[in-house]
Amino acid sequence: MDYDTLMQILGSTVRLGTPLLLACLAGLFSERSGVFDIGLEGKMLAAAMAAATVAFMTGSAWIGLGAGIVASLLFSALHGLASITFKGNQLISGVALNFLASGLTVLIAQALFKQGGRTPALAGDARFNPIDLPFAEALKDLPLLGPLYAQVISGHSILVYAAFAAVPLSWWLLNRTRFGLRLRAAGENPAALDTAGVSVVRMRYAALFITGVLCGLAGAYMATALQAGFGREMTAGRGYIALAALIFAKWRALPALGATMLFGFFQALALRPDVVEAVTHVKISGSFLDALPYILTVIAVAGFIGKSIPPRAGGEPYVKER
Amino acid sequence: MTQAAIQLKGISKAFGTVQANRDINISVAKGTIHGIIGENGAGKSTLMSILYGFYKADAGQIFINGQPTLIPDSQAAIRAGIGMVFQHFKLVQNFTVLENVILGAEDGPLLNASLTKARKVLMELSREYELDVHPDALIQDLSVGHQQRVEILKALYRQADILILDEPTGVLTPDEADHLFRILRGLKAQGKTIILITHKLREIMETTDNVSVMRRGTMVDTVKTTESTPESLAELMVGRKVLLEVEKKPATPGEVVLSVQDLHMRDEHGVERLKGISFDIRAGEILGIAGVSGNGQSELLEALGGFGAATGVITLKGQVLPLSGPQANGQSRREAGIAHVPEDRQHLGLIMDFAAWENTAFGYHNDAKYQKNRLFMDNEALRADTAAKMATFDVRPPIPALAAKHFSGGNQQKLVVAREIEQDPDLLLIGQPTRGVDIGAIEFIHKQIVALRDAGKAVLLVSVELDEILSLSDRIAVMFDGQIMGFADPETTNERALGLMMAGVAGKA
Repeated sequence: MDYDTLMQILGSTVRLGTPLLLACLAGLFSERSGVFDIGLEGKMLAAAMAAATVAFMTGSAWIGLGAGIVASLLFSALHGLASITFKGNQLISGVALNFLASGLTVLIAQALFKQGGRTPALAGDARFNPIDLPFAEALKDLPLLGPLYAQVISGHSILVYAAFAAVPLSWWLLNRTRFGLRLRAAGENPAALDTAGVSVVRMRYAALFITGVLCGLAGAYMATALQAGFGREMTAGRGYIALAALIFAKWRALPALGATMLFGFFQALALRPDVVEAVTHVKISGSFLDALPYILTVIAVAGFIGKSIPPRAGGEPYVKER
Repeated sequence: MTQAAIQLKGISKAFGTVQANRDINISVAKGTIHGIIGENGAGKSTLMSILYGFYKADAGQIFINGQPTLIPDSQAAIRAGIGMVFQHFKLVQNFTVLENVILGAEDGPLLNASLTKARKVLMELSREYELDVHPDALIQDLSVGHQQRVEILKALYRQADILILDEPTGVLTPDEADHLFRILRGLKAQGKTIILITHKLREIMETTDNVSVMRRGTMVDTVKTTESTPESLAELMVGRKVLLEVEKKPATPGEVVLSVQDLHMRDEHGVERLKGISFDIRAGEILGIAGVSGNGQSELLEALGGFGAATGVITLKGQVLPLSGPQANGQSRREAGIAHVPEDRQHLGLIMDFAAWENTAFGYHNDAKYQKNRLFMDNEALRADTAAKMATFDVRPPIPALAAKHFSGGNQQKLVVAREIEQDPDLLLIGQPTRGVDIGAIEFIHKQIVALRDAGKAVLLVSVELDEILSLSDRIAVMFDGQIMGFADPETTNERALGLMMAGVAGKA
């Protein structure tokens, strides 16, 4: 494999890793506040459909993005209503929302466009197009650094850069602010937060709001940047891979970047079986590479990366008691 | 009389049909330590939860420093200067002390300034009140005694003038408890008002100025502590005369029932928890194991009860029992004649969601008398059996179909004790028999243990309550750091001598 191919794969890693990263950060906020969210997948799917539809109708990727976020927020609100306000089971609520999204998105797309549940292809300003960072073209021929800059760092859509910026921002928000302290307390020991006079319900809804926005970004990115339109089940399990990455990252923001990029790398490799075969001299099936994130997560959870301890109060609705 | 820090007038609170508080009136003088005692379920915690804004009273008024005050939520209670130290600490385990202290009382949206300020305030408070804890330590690394100090610091950081402590010594060693009471006296000297909720009469007598007694949701009486006795308070609590001393005849020990030789046990981290324990228990004898919790008593019960792998030799009536492997389990131990009332009844003694009639058969559910035929159990027989046990052991309410979690702590314990004692074992292992159990039930359970001894059975009693060990045991063994420090005769020893052995200071007595 030559250097240029490697850079191509890494560039592809960034593009494929971005929705995982956004979804993983989305899960981070929700789960650190004590609300398990298996419904990341559904929120992304709903956002992808809404973004593609509105972007096509208005011709603006930005308005599409807004619509994607609104769709994702609606799902977040439903999840909150079921699992925070009515203290239902968070996993069941999440699974139900995934099914709802899976069916509803295709239904709406079919009703609107009659193209077998797809939305029409997007072009021009209806998509988020790659941004060439300054000097990418000029530095292209610089040895080693040139291709790295041009292929891996430059040439992505604005949403990719937003996702990377969200990593340190999330870390800062969770670890250096009052909001973060309270959010984490809600996920570790909500009774401690409650007796300190802070509403657990409000904190958890706030966390779900952020989750909704980030999933909206992830879904809109899928439909209006990574691809040009919405297709049936287009998120293809990325919400679950993001959850796996979250476990792998031990529910922390900075490792989430590493975990999602690693998993994005496997997805990028799965698209280039020729390269994999050339390097390993063994024919490796693409589905094996697709399965690697899950296999790695099982190994991780089995304790090979040290203990991965979920938020202590995660998964449990908060019930006031003495 | 000085002004009342807190005055409650006509407080009532009902949960469904249960009247938890009925027309409560109480006045707590400023700068005093005021005790509130009552049996489990008497309504103490409900009353304090109303004061802390956790529940809303159905009727009544709260006056703080003479001002009528509404307390709709905890935030309002904190603003009114009330701080609460709960029985089960409300701390975030993987936060530092500082983070726990500022949680909910931060000065602004960014943490740094609050943390710096809290560090300074904490230093001052710890100097002033012997409340030293390391501000950067994680809660999960602190002992329970230190965690409790963090709870107190939390309240003081919020400038609480009135501090409520709910059963604060339940989890503390005698030393830690003494330290706590020193802290409380220091706080009182600074003019703070302290409300101490407890069921331990000795603590009331030693630390409080006044004491209020609650019974079945009503405030029975408020008296000056100096004008009361433990007996008079116990009578007020229960509504009848209570024997605080256990009545028992001298023991007549018979043959050795259980012989334990050189018992060793390691925990999952490979740390040695039992370091060569040897002793005998005879028929008609209660051997009490004293010690600060965590010195191997739990592991001893696990090894003898058959659910923790150990090495050594244990012999029950001449028969050697396995200490590890598939044959070492609770079922085979029970078949051999060892009954076990575990220390943690809610996790090991009962299945909380299961009905009483199911719970009173566990461990013995394969007995022939409970089987209808080879396939089915005889549920009718089980229910009848439970109803009989409930009658004998005065379990309330006597409803076999009720889930274990709906009984009070004392009645849950009676269910477990009934199950184990009614099987007529040769040896009863009983851990913390009266932890979280109210006075009336304590008296009853103690009588049952003594009756079993008088019937010629052997009893191994493990308890962190020295009073209990001293009044029940015929012989006392003191454990420290996985070893038996020595044996003592309850007739001749005293708390001081035992306390020295419990601290590992004195050698073999």
